[in-house]
Amino acid sequence: MNRYLSGSVLVLAGALIAGAAAAVELTGAGATFPYPIYAKWAEAYKAKSDNNLNYQSIGSGGGIKQIQNKTVDFGASDMPLTVEELQKSGLMQFPTVVGGDVPVVNLPGVKPGELKLTGSLIADIFLGKVKKWNDPAVADLNPGVKLPAQDITVVHRSDGSGTTFIWVNYLSKISPEWKQKVGEGTSVNWPTGVGGKGNEGVASYVQRISGSLGYVEYAYALQNKMIHAQVKNRDGKFVEPNMESFRAAAAGAQWDKAPGMYMILTDQPGANSWPISGATFILMHKTQERPERGLEVLKFFGWAYANGDKMATDLDYVPLPDAVVKTIQSAWKNQIKDTTGKSVWQ
Amino acid sequence: MSATVELPPVAADATGPILMPKSVSDARLRRQYRIDFLFRHAARFFAALVLLLLLGILLSLVAGSLPAMRAFGPGFLVSAEWDPVKERFGALVPVIGTLATSAIALLIGIPVSFGIALFLTELSPVWLRRPLGTAIELLAAIPSIIYGMWGLFVFAPVFAEKIEPLLTATLGAIPYAGVLFRGAPMGIGVLTAGIVLAIMVIPFIASVMRDVFEIVPPVLKESAYALGSTTWEVVWSVVLPYTKIGVVGGVMLGLGRALGETMAVTFVIGNAHQLSASLIEPGNSISAALANEFTEAVGDLYSSALIELGLALFLITFVVLALSKLLLMRLARFEGGRT
Repeated sequence: MNRYLSGSVLVLAGALIAGAAAAVELTGAGATFPYPIYAKWAEAYKAKSDNNLNYQSIGSGGGIKQIQNKTVDFGASDMPLTVEELQKSGLMQFPTVVGGDVPVVNLPGVKPGELKLTGSLIADIFLGKVKKWNDPAVADLNPGVKLPAQDITVVHRSDGSGTTFIWVNYLSKISPEWKQKVGEGTSVNWPTGVGGKGNEGVASYVQRISGSLGYVEYAYALQNKMIHAQVKNRDGKFVEPNMESFRAAAAGAQWDKAPGMYMILTDQPGANSWPISGATFILMHKTQERPERGLEVLKFFGWAYANGDKMATDLDYVPLPDAVVKTIQSAWKNQIKDTTGKSVWQ
Repeated sequence: MSATVELPPVAADATGPILMPKSVSDARLRRQYRIDFLFRHAARFFAALVLLLLLGILLSLVAGSLPAMRAFGPGFLVSAEWDPVKERFGALVPVIGTLATSAIALLIGIPVSFGIALFLTELSPVWLRRPLGTAIELLAAIPSIIYGMWGLFVFAPVFAEKIEPLLTATLGAIPYAGVLFRGAPMGIGVLTAGIVLAIMVIPFIASVMRDVFEIVPPVLKESAYALGSTTWEVVWSVVLPYTKIGVVGGVMLGLGRALGETMAVTFVIGNAHQLSASLIEPGNSISAALANEFTEAVGDLYSSALIELGLALFLITFVVLALSKLLLMRLARFEGGRT
């Protein structure tokens, strides 16, 4: 009680005297996908700095609303905001870790990684144009794999999700028909299939429906040992989803050239790059009304970029390359100001 | 009602066998009167609170759905489109899903519940009545998510493998109506949701039916038996007419649960905004759509369309309950008409 009291007095003092070092309760809200790593980083950071991070994984949509209403110190979204959206709300964004989607199947006799798919085939299946597993379009890619004359059941997310955004963004890039008929967003008008709530909902439908094809977040597929498929990337190579192929996708991207860091890592060049990758983002106000809090948020992520890579890989997230971190930190310096126009991050 | 309240005449007290000193009696009466006054107004306030809450919910639903109403007009209710990307929304698929699953639930639930109640009150050995009745009430206490998980993990695979192919082969072959049972057997869809809902509403309907069947005066039933009626004739011509209001009430209780059920339906209905004639194809219900999409609905129009869906569910429930009241009133009017 005493400790708590003195803590809150110090917070008050910290609010009055800018830059005073004191235990601060930082608040963030948004995407569920990076929640495990933010929680892990926060725990390790608290031991070092005494600052507590309270992150609510309420979903990307909720995170965007909360940061717009300034009820939290930062928002988190799996879908980057466009430059116009950022300008409208006075926000800036930066990526933290990379993840991505993995197509998962339930086909009797098919082993993990055995099935090969291309982006345009996935689009045709999700459009309901390819309906059977023994369709020539599937069989031609998979000589030697026994494909049954079974219906393909598409499994997608029923809730809005950053995982869906990465998936349909990839399909839109590959298939003009998908782009025109369905488009991209955190939830879309699915032409066919059943919807499961969350990664676990999609996973349980895929595991239960014979002949199904769905998509889940990479870490989820890995931890639950789901039967994944290989996907052909932009360089024409079939790749497996793993730490290296995600890292390859992240490395090829030119973040410094992307205005507002609007960058979606789908269909990236590179012989080894996984084509359905994406980063997750943090949203902050460009003008910090309470710069000492904003600075603490930036300090936290700065610390995480420097010291959190091991924790991220342990949880199957892909840390950002150092060059990207440099770009991010120069963006902090250039874009996040206090009310007098002074940079918060030095 | 009048705001002024008069004291009851003190003389009323004087009829008692023991005459108390007048002053004490006055003070006590006044005190009792005050308590009574407070009690009456507190009770009135609570009753009014229910109406206020109902009105408040309705108003906030209407206010929340105004943007969607302005954008889509009455066409919202008949459009089957649900496109968050192009921001075009229609309620037809979830509304049909809600009505269809509830109808299937009642279609299966009413006869089964009737049988259970009939067995418990008329046919069962006396020693079995209590344990069986308690077991049914326990079923009503199981949380709905348990039914959902059971439906997805246990029922759906069996349904997909054994029952759906059978349905498609037999009922699916019927011209016209057969289209209801054609499609890929996934075990997930409107029919599965309806059956799981049926299992969920049976305990509600059955326990109400049993309770009302039990209050039929034994003399009525015994007279009918004495005249040589069979058990069926007694139930159909004596018990049911005597208890019809209670029976309809029980059915409405079940229907109310079926219409609003969320978690169990979300697990097994497939959550797909696709209009399909087949009952074994995936569909959506209003409450399932809300549970799935509300947290991540990006943009005002999307959230507003979901709130309008909620308003539609509110109105459907209201209309269904109003219709059942009308039905009861009609039944009451013909009371004693037939002999």
